[in-house]
Amino acid sequence: MTMGREERGAAALVPPVDVVEDARGITLYADFPGVPKERLEVRVDGDTVVLEGEMALEIPREMEATHVEVSVPRFRRAFSLSRDLDPEGMSAELKNGVLTLRIRKAGHAMPRRIEVRAE
Amino acid sequence: MNDLSLFSGDLFAEMDRLRSQLLQAFELSPSIRGPARRYPALNVGSTPESAEIYAFAPGLDPASIEVQVERGVLSISGERPSALPRQGEAATVHMKERFSGKFHRVVTLAEDLDPDAVRATYRDGVLHVSIRRRGEAKPRRINVE
Repeated sequence: MTMGREERGAAALVPPVDVVEDARGITLYADFPGVPKERLEVRVDGDTVVLEGEMALEIPREMEATHVEVSVPRFRRAFSLSRDLDPEGMSAELKNGVLTLRIRKAGHAMPRRIEVRAE
Repeated sequence: MNDLSLFSGDLFAEMDRLRSQLLQAFELSPSIRGPARRYPALNVGSTPESAEIYAFAPGLDPASIEVQVERGVLSISGERPSALPRQGEAATVHMKERFSGKFHRVVTLAEDLDPDAVRATYRDGVLHVSIRRRGEAKPRRINVE
């Protein structure tokens, strides 16, 4: 169950996400149940951020599945970043199967208040 | 030339018909507790010694998960807090797809499972419940005399 390049084209689940933006950047939360840290990959490819994960469940060898709602052991999803975001200023944390990805706004993109003058 | 008109009423009627056929094909008798996409998703398996239940329940505090076995039914319940900002905070929500709130799912257990031999572990957002079968119900070879 390692994630080699040849598996990139394999079927994958789309993890549900929440995306919130505040003045300093964007926070993305994504559900990756069953994926340990070693099997989660966050990479930036041009202006696209790609999230990929492979589950590692402890399954008894002689188990037969009787009811299956999750039939694919991997997740994949990609988002394009707009230019006001700084791919260098990205941090990722995985806890209890939830990825929290924080993407800072590029320095010059921090909001500047533009004064509106009345004539 | 008009046969494939994009906005022809008949095409929509046809799409509607196909859609309802699809829905019926996938959910002939949906669960009384709701449609298939639920939180947590469940996989269930069995071995000669046990039943194995996997609940895909990311983002929980393990101490807050309620796991009960009662009258041959395993029930898993709890509440998942929302990660979204509270109203009034200066933030914009662009996407909101993740489940939040109370959840409750049940699995009917086979009769030979022992309600006193249940082990539950929560790791990487997956709750794994393993329930042992009672000894006498394991397949036994009967000698033919």
